[in-house]
Amino acid sequence: MRKLLLQGLLKAPLTEAAPEDAAVEKLAAELNGAARARLGRSLSIREVDAGSCNGCELEIHALGNAFYDLERFGLHVVASPRHADVLLVTGPVAKNMAEALKRTYDATPAPKWVVAAGDCAINGGLFAGSYASDGGVEAIVPVDLRIPGCPPTPVALLTGLLALLRAGKG
Amino acid sequence: MQAFALLLENGRAGPCRPFPRAEVSAEQWTALAGHLAAGELVLMGLWGDAGVVHMALLDEASGRLAVATYVCVGGAFPSVAHYHPPAARLERTVRDLFGLVPEGAPDPRPWLDHGRWGVRHPLGVNLPAEPEGDAYSFLAAEGEGLHQIPVGPVHAGIIEPGHFRFSCYGETVVRLEARLGYVHKGIEGLMAGAEVAQAARLAGRQSGDSTVAYALAFSRAVEAARGVAVPARAHALRGVMAELERLANHLGDIGAICNDAAFALMLAHCGVLREKVLRVSARAFGHRLMMDGVIPGGVAGDLAREGISAIRVLVSEVRTAFPALVELYDNTASLQDRTVGTGFTRPDYVRQFGAGGFVGRASGRPFDARRALAYPPYDRLPFEVVVRTEGDVNARIWVRIREVEQSLGLVVRLLDTLPEGPVAVEVPPGPGEGLAVVEGFRGDVLAFVALETDGRVKRAHLRDPSWFQWPLLETAIEGNIVADFPLCNKSFNCSYSGVDL
Ligand code: SF4
Repeated sequence: MRKLLLQGLLKAPLTEAAPEDAAVEKLAAELNGAARARLGRSLSIREVDAGSCNGCELEIHALGNAFYDLERFGLHVVASPRHADVLLVTGPVAKNMAEALKRTYDATPAPKWVVAAGDCAINGGLFAGSYASDGGVEAIVPVDLRIPGCPPTPVALLTGLLALLRAGKG
Repeated sequence: MQAFALLLENGRAGPCRPFPRAEVSAEQWTALAGHLAAGELVLMGLWGDAGVVHMALLDEASGRLAVATYVCVGGAFPSVAHYHPPAARLERTVRDLFGLVPEGAPDPRPWLDHGRWGVRHPLGVNLPAEPEGDAYSFLAAEGEGLHQIPVGPVHAGIIEPGHFRFSCYGETVVRLEARLGYVHKGIEGLMAGAEVAQAARLAGRQSGDSTVAYALAFSRAVEAARGVAVPARAHALRGVMAELERLANHLGDIGAICNDAAFALMLAHCGVLREKVLRVSARAFGHRLMMDGVIPGGVAGDLAREGISAIRVLVSEVRTAFPALVELYDNTASLQDRTVGTGFTRPDYVRQFGAGGFVGRASGRPFDARRALAYPPYDRLPFEVVVRTEGDVNARIWVRIREVEQSLGLVVRLLDTLPEGPVAVEVPPGPGEGLAVVEGFRGDVLAFVALETDGRVKRAHLRDPSWFQWPLLETAIEGNIVADFPLCNKSFNCSYSGVDL
C-alpha cells in the first residue's frame, strides 16, 4: 500500500482540465439564471434514476474518477434530496417511478435545479410511447437543463453541471 | 428424465433454432417442473407469449437446452413455482404482462405491475385499469423485538431504484425482501412489432452495463431464426467487445465493493483502469459502452489498426497496474475482515436457482455459457472458468479478479488471430424463431426472438441473469448486520433494469 500511495504523490495527477469554457458559457446562457437565487460556488447534487437502463448511471459514476474529479469544482453528490440543490434525473420516467420522482422533487429545498441527463430523460428516448413510461422528465417536474447523449459522456455531463454553477452565480 | 427426452425428441422438428422447442401437455409440463425440483434440470427462463407460456430448460450434464411450450387452456397454466421456487417471480411477471394465470402458484402477488400503468396485462388481452397505486404486502417476519427498515426506491448512492424491506433483530437482518419493477419501461411491448434493427437497439438498453451481451444475445437469436452465418471477423470482434465489457464492469465492481467496505483507495485505482477501458472502447468501437456496436448480421463497424494498437496498449497497462491492486486487496487485513465470511451464499441454493456469473461461480457452480454452450469465438479459445467454493463476498471478488486476468488473455488472443474479411452480412427479412444464450459480465443472458413474415419482431424476450441472483441476495444477507448490506449487494451487483423489463 505504501508504494501505491507514494506513487500517487510522485506521479503527475491524471485529472484533466475542465471542459472548454465556451461550451460551459453557452449552456449557462441558456439557463434562466435570473429567476434563481445565488447558490454560491458549490452545488449539491442528488441523482435520481427514474427509469434508466443504468447506462447513464455508469457515466455519472465516472465523474467521480480521477480523470474528471467532480469534487474539485465544488460539485458533490449527496445522499438525500433534502441536502440537494440539483436533481440530476435519468431515464424515461417509468410510471412506476413517477411518484417517487415527484416526491423527491418536493423534498428538495428551493432554490433548486432539475437536470435531465440523457436522451431518455429529455424525451423518453427509445422508450418514448411505451405504456409504462410518461416520457421525459418534464412530464413530471420542471426541467432547467438538458444534457443529451445515450448516455451523455462524462465531459458532456461535467459541461452541463459547470454551466449550472456559472448561472447560479449570475 | 423421460419428459425432457421426449421434449428433445419432439422439439427437433420444431420452429425454434438452434434449440428444440415443442408444445407439451399439462402432464409433461408438470413432469418437467418435477425434474427441475429434483435438480435434474436448470430453469433458464420462463416467459409468456400470445396464449402460451414457454419454459427454457437446461440439462447441465449433457449441455442440452430445450424449450417447452404450454398452450394455456382458459388462460391458465400449471404453476412451475409450486414445485420449483425459482420460477416464482417469472410467473408473477407472466401474469402481470399477459394475464396468464399460474395455477397453484405459491405467491399470488403482482410483481412488475405496481398498479400505475393505466392498463392491465399490457402484452396480453389488455384491460384498461384505473391507476390505483401501491398496496403491496411484504412477507411477514414476526417475533418480539423485530423492527422493519424500509429502504428505497430512491437510494442514497448513484444506483438504480428498488425497494428493500429489512426485518431486523437489533443490528442483525432476519429477513430481507426486495420489491422491484420500478424501472419497468415496457421494453418487450416496444420490441413487438418493431423492425429488427430498432429492436436490437432496444435490446442493447435493457441493462446498459451489459449492452454488448444483450445486443449479442439478441443478434444471435435473430441470426439463428434466419439461418444467417456471421463472418469470422465479426465473431472475433464481438468477442473483443464482450471481453472489454467484462473488463470494464469487473474493474468497476472490484473498486466499488472495496469502497463499500470503506476502502476508497481501491475504488480510485480501479476507477482509473475502468476509465481507460472505456476510453479505448470508444476509440476502437466508437462508443464508451460500445452501445449498438453488435448488430444482427455482425458488428456495426470494423476495428481499425489504430484501435487494435490502442487495445494492446490498454492490455499491457492493465497487466502492469492490476497485480499491485490484487496484492493490496489480499494484504489489507481491515478489508479482508469485512469481505471474508460476509454474505455467504449457499451452494445448494445457487444450483437450485441456476445462478450464473460470479454469484454462481463463487459458490461452486461452474456454469459459464462461453464454455457450456460454447458459441463463437469461444469455441476455439482456451480460457479457464474461474470457480471458488466459499460463497462469500471475498470469493465473488476473487472470481472477478481472476476473470479480469482471463479476459485480458482472451482479448490478446482474439487480436492475435483476428481473421480478415467482412464484418457483417445482410440479414434478409423473413419469418423464423431463434434462441441464444451468451455470457455477460454478470452471467448468462438468454434471448428468444420470433420474427414475422415481413421480418418485424413478433415477440422478443431477454432474460437477465439477475432473475436468479436477486432471490439469493435475500438469503445471503440473512444473519448479517444491516451495515453489511451495501457490501453484499455490491458483490452481487444485480441489474434492476435488466429484470424490470
Ligand atoms: S439515455 Fe441511453 S444510456 Fe441513458 S438511460 Fe436512456 S437508453 Fe440508457
